[in-house]
Formats: sequence, C-alpha cells, structure tokens
Amino acid sequence: MHKVVIPIGPQHPALKEPESFSVTLSGEKIMKFSARLGYNHRGIEKACEERTYIQDVYLTERICGICSHSHSTCFVQAVEEIAGADIPKRALYIRTLVGELERIHSHLLWLGVAGHEVGFDTLLMYTWRDREVVMDILAMLTGNRVNYGINTIGGVRRDVTAEQGKAILKAMDTLEERTNYYIQIATKETTLIQRLSGVGLLSNKDALKLGAVGPTARASGVDRDVRRDDPYAAYAEVKFKVITDNHNDVYGRTLVRVGELLETYKIIRQIIKKMPEGPLTVKVPRKIPAGEAVSRYEAPRGEDMHYVKSNGTEKPDRVKVRAPTLANIQTVAKMLEDRQLADLPIVIAAIDPCFSCTDRLTGIRHAGKRSKSVLKWEELHAYSIRHYREHGIDFAELNKKMRKALK
Amino acid sequence: MLSIFYILIFPGFLFLSAFGLAAQFVDRKLCARLQNRVGPPWFQPLADFIKLSAKEDIIPEEANPSMFKLMPVLAITAAITAIFYIPLWSVNPIYAFSGDLIVVLYLLTIPTLTFFLGGWYSTSLYSRIGAVRALTQLFAYEVPLLMSILAPALLADTWSLKEMSLFYSAHPFFWLFNILGFAISMIALLGKLEKVPFDIPEAETEIVGGTFTEYSGRLLALFRLGIDIEQIVGAALLAAVYLPFGLGLGPVAGFLLFVLKVLTIVCMLSILRTIFARLRIDQMISFCWKCLAPLAFIQLFIDLVLKGFIVR
Repeated sequence: MHKVVIPIGPQHPALKEPESFSVTLSGEKIMKFSARLGYNHRGIEKACEERTYIQDVYLTERICGICSHSHSTCFVQAVEEIAGADIPKRALYIRTLVGELERIHSHLLWLGVAGHEVGFDTLLMYTWRDREVVMDILAMLTGNRVNYGINTIGGVRRDVTAEQGKAILKAMDTLEERTNYYIQIATKETTLIQRLSGVGLLSNKDALKLGAVGPTARASGVDRDVRRDDPYAAYAEVKFKVITDNHNDVYGRTLVRVGELLETYKIIRQIIKKMPEGPLTVKVPRKIPAGEAVSRYEAPRGEDMHYVKSNGTEKPDRVKVRAPTLANIQTVAKMLEDRQLADLPIVIAAIDPCFSCTDRLTGIRHAGKRSKSVLKWEELHAYSIRHYREHGIDFAELNKKMRKALK
Repeated sequence: MLSIFYILIFPGFLFLSAFGLAAQFVDRKLCARLQNRVGPPWFQPLADFIKLSAKEDIIPEEANPSMFKLMPVLAITAAITAIFYIPLWSVNPIYAFSGDLIVVLYLLTIPTLTFFLGGWYSTSLYSRIGAVRALTQLFAYEVPLLMSILAPALLADTWSLKEMSLFYSAHPFFWLFNILGFAISMIALLGKLEKVPFDIPEAETEIVGGTFTEYSGRLLALFRLGIDIEQIVGAALLAAVYLPFGLGLGPVAGFLLFVLKVLTIVCMLSILRTIFARLRIDQMISFCWKCLAPLAFIQLFIDLVLKGFIVR
C-alpha cells in the first residue's frame, strides 16, 4: 500500500503544546513514529544560575503550569538538604496538602483530555466542571489557581485555618462521589472501553527497560512510588495504597489515575486530621553552603527529579531538572507499534505529557542539510548579538547610550 | 413559476436553510445542556454562517480549483433535490413517481461523495485521509440503512414514498412494526452526518479537520449548510418512512406535526452524539456489518412475515 508521512505538530489540534511528531502511515496503520522536542525550550536551568535561591523557587514553580507545586517543592527540598535546615512539621503537612490537591486537579484534567482525544467531549465537560471544586480550594488556600507560591526555602508562606480545613473536607466528599461516578463510566461505557483497552500496550519488561515513571509505569505493573519508597514531606506519616494495574494499556492507565484520586482523598483527610501545630518556617541563610543534593518528588505525572549544586554564594552553581515526561516519552514509540492513526492522540495523551517542562535543549537543524549541531553558551551569545545586529539592533551602542543617559 | 417557488423558497432552498440552521441550534443547545454548558444563543448558527461567508476563500495551490469550488454547491443541491420527493405534511410530496424512494436514498448519498471528492481534490494529507475514511464509512453504514428503509417499503409493496404514505395511512399502527428499522436508520444517519461516534472522517484530534481541513470562507459555510440541510432531509425521510401518522391533519396542523417529528429525530441524534466516544474506523465497520446489518435483516424478515400472513 502507498505510504505517506504525515506531520502531527508543531501545531495540531490534538496537542496542547508545540512539539512535532512525524508518522509514516500505510493506510491507517502506523509504520514508523518519530518525535522531535525542543519547541518550548526556555533556558530555565541557565536562568536559575543567574538568580538567587529565593527567586529560583518562583522560577522553578513556572517550569510547569499543572505540576507547579511539584517542581518548586522538589527544588526547595534539594536546597534545604544542602543547607541542613530542619523544616517544621506543620510546613511539611501543608506542602503535602497542596501537593495532593494538585494531584487531584492534574488527574481530573487528564481524564477530561483523554475523553477529548477519543472524541468523548461530554467527559471533558464533566470532569473539568468538577475540577473547578479543587481549583477553588487551591485559590482559597494560596490565592492562586495554578502557581500557588506557597513554598519558600525553610517552610511555607501561608497557614491553613480550621475553617479552610472544613471546606477542604467538604470538597473531598463531593469529589469522591464524582470520582466514583467516573470510575463507573470508565468501566462500563462500551465505546470508551473499546477505544482505551488494548491500546498503547507497554509490557512490564518494556516499562522497566525504558524507564517509565508514574501512572504510566504503575499501569504496567511496576510497583514504584516515591511517596512510599522514599518518603518526603509528610508522606511517612500517612497511610495510602500505591495503585498498580496489570492491563498494561491506556485503560489500565485510566484506572490507575482514578484509583489514585480515591487514595488522594484519603491522604488529604488524614492530613487535615493530623496536622500538628507549630511554626511555618525556619530561618535559612541567604547564602547556601557549598554542596550538592538530588531531590525526588512524585509529581502527578511521575517521578520528578531536581539536582542542585551550590558554591557558597546566594546563587546556585547548577540546577538540573528531570521532568517525568522525559522519562515517559521514550515509551510512546513502543506503545504505537502496529497501532492505527486513530490511536495516536490517546496514546500520546496517556502518558500525560508536559512538553514545556521536558524541553532542556533545542537542537538546530540546518534547512536543506541533514546535519545537526549543538551551540555552546558562548556561541549562542555571539549568535544572538549577530542576529540582533542584522536586524538593526546593536546592544553595544545601546549600552553606550544608556551609560551616557545615566550619567 | 410554481416550480421556481418550490425550488428556491418552499420547501426548497430558503425554507430548508432556515430550518437547517434552526435544527443546528437545537442540536447545539441540547448537546451543550447535556454536557453541562450554557450553549449558544438562538442566532448563533446564522451568525456563524454570515461570518464564514464574509471570510476569504483560500484555495490550496495544488488543488483543482473547479472541483474544489463545485463540491459544496453539489452537496447542497443534492440534499435540496431530495426533499421534493418526500411527503412532508400530507401523503402527497411535491413530485412523485414510482421508485422515488431509491432516488431519494441515492441523492442523500451524493453529499458523502462530495465530501470524498472535495477532500481528495484538496490534495492535503489530512484531507485525503479524511476523504478515504468518509468513503470507507459510506460502505459500512449505507447497506444497513438501505435494507432497513426497504423493509417498510416491502410491507407496503411499493417503491414510491407516496404509495407508502397512503398504505400506512390506510393501516394505522403498522409503523410500530418498523421500530427496529427506525433505530438502525437513526444510527446509520449518525454515520451519514458524520457525528460522534461516527465522526471519524473529521476527527479533529487525529486529522485536524479531515475532509474540510483546506476549506475556508464561503465554501466551508456552504458545506456546513449542506450538512444542516442533509440532516433535515434525512430526518424528514426517516419521519416519512417510520413515523407515517397524522398525514391527514390539513396543512397547518400537519406542518407543525412534521416540524415536531423532524425536531424529535434531531434531538435523538444529538443525545446519541453526546453519550458516546468516537469509534475507530475498523470498529465502526465491524459494528455496521456485524450488528447493524443482521438487525436490518431481522427487520426485513419481520416485514416479510407480516406481509405473508396479515396483509394480503
């Protein structure tokens, strides 16, 4: 049969962020799949080195729009480890609370997106309506719907009052009822099951080999969860089950996510009940002593990892971010083997990708040539000066003018 | 003179366009309410049409311009032509001859063919995949649709819609035997109108806009209007074949009943499109051949038995 190569992206209705996939089709069948990332590179790691630790908390929070708390907590934990700070219990509980609320909003969002990818818009409308409940709770707690700004080095910035605790418990009851309804839909709606089950198969062996994390791995029977295996914040003091599934497909990933939602409600109830009294922050010096640390965090999409190296000044020497999507993106090509074009959106969506968090580098492809090259920092700097000069902007002259004006 | 009135004003182009846009509003509003949304105001379909008409028509460089422009017009023309042979509020359609049932079904197939040709001549990859899917889908739903519509005709022993209406008026409540066929035709009509769960040819998350990816401006507006009109004509055909009661009520009451019947069918279609996920093309085809076609055979069998034993 005649083969065609169709581009999915960088701009495509199925994708919420720019990234490019090239799919070789034979009829409806996918023969070859290749991904090209890097459209969202923002140089956050480099920017972190130019800013103080406190500024970096807010910068890392903006790595991802959905798991913003995950990234900032992960960063803060690494810095606190280097500084040797002993964080108050209450602050750890509040971090856990916001982290779990974030998991609810992320998983409900995913369920809606998954519904939309298989053309089931009603599910999208319902889940996103119910997601508003948790968004309102987050706005009440932190003042913001997405970038909460609750973390600071040495603790948290806002307290949770008793009334807020009551409102959260009430919201959990509503959400639990709704989640049970979604479990019913996911396990009973025929067309939905037909689109999800058997699609995007990833065996246990492949999941381990390709290093999948989070719900993607847990749906292939990999029993891994940083919250249980390497407890941070207050997770050592709450009881919860790690949900795994042996379907190995998109259906399994859906079940894992809705199952995790139910566990999250349990965790939040325990946290509200057990939250100890005490201070919210501990003083951490502006200058962090030289050292390095790796911090792990179970974000809604999987294990998030931050590496921070300090040099005794108030700015970090190096910050490295490994977002969960980077670990999961390798599995997509495997999942799409011998599948149809119609399965492509849901298979990509099933790893709950977040490409802007993942992009750590931009490859340069010269038009017409097949070669690829990597720019070093100095070369990029020189290139940017040259580029602006060609477009009539000369920073050297502008600097001179500014200096004169300042005098 | 009268024919021009029929073609252009009633029940032709003008009436069908207005009714089509109104039905589109009912569909969108109902769907929105079922999905817990507010939904559009009543004039939204008309506003969309006017807005699209005012936009620039962009024709791809590679495309065949005459075919590209012809297809939307052809889709509308075919759908409008079909309405003249369907009995609307009395047993008499505007025009009738023996065998017009087949002609109406044929005319209703033409819009799908124009989707295919329009998509094919767009030369875009997404359009071509959409076009091939539209045609593949046609082969799946058309056979169950044809068989389930022929079953009531078999019972009435005629190929003419007018004769069928006369027969069912003479034998009230016989339409109740055709409920199964009504359900099958409804599902097939979802495929014809490319609505969820059969919106595979224009699945936006897979192939952007499918057949209509390259269409814009006036041509897209015409295609959209064509689909709206096709929905009305399809619903009118189903109403004439499966709900042939109250045809002797006189023009005013009969007309209102006709509008009610069509809107009921439109509402049922929009409920169906709200509660399902989109199927894959292979699932759609195996569903049509393995479930719908045998059910259509059962409907044929029921009507054969009835004809043999009751209607002599």
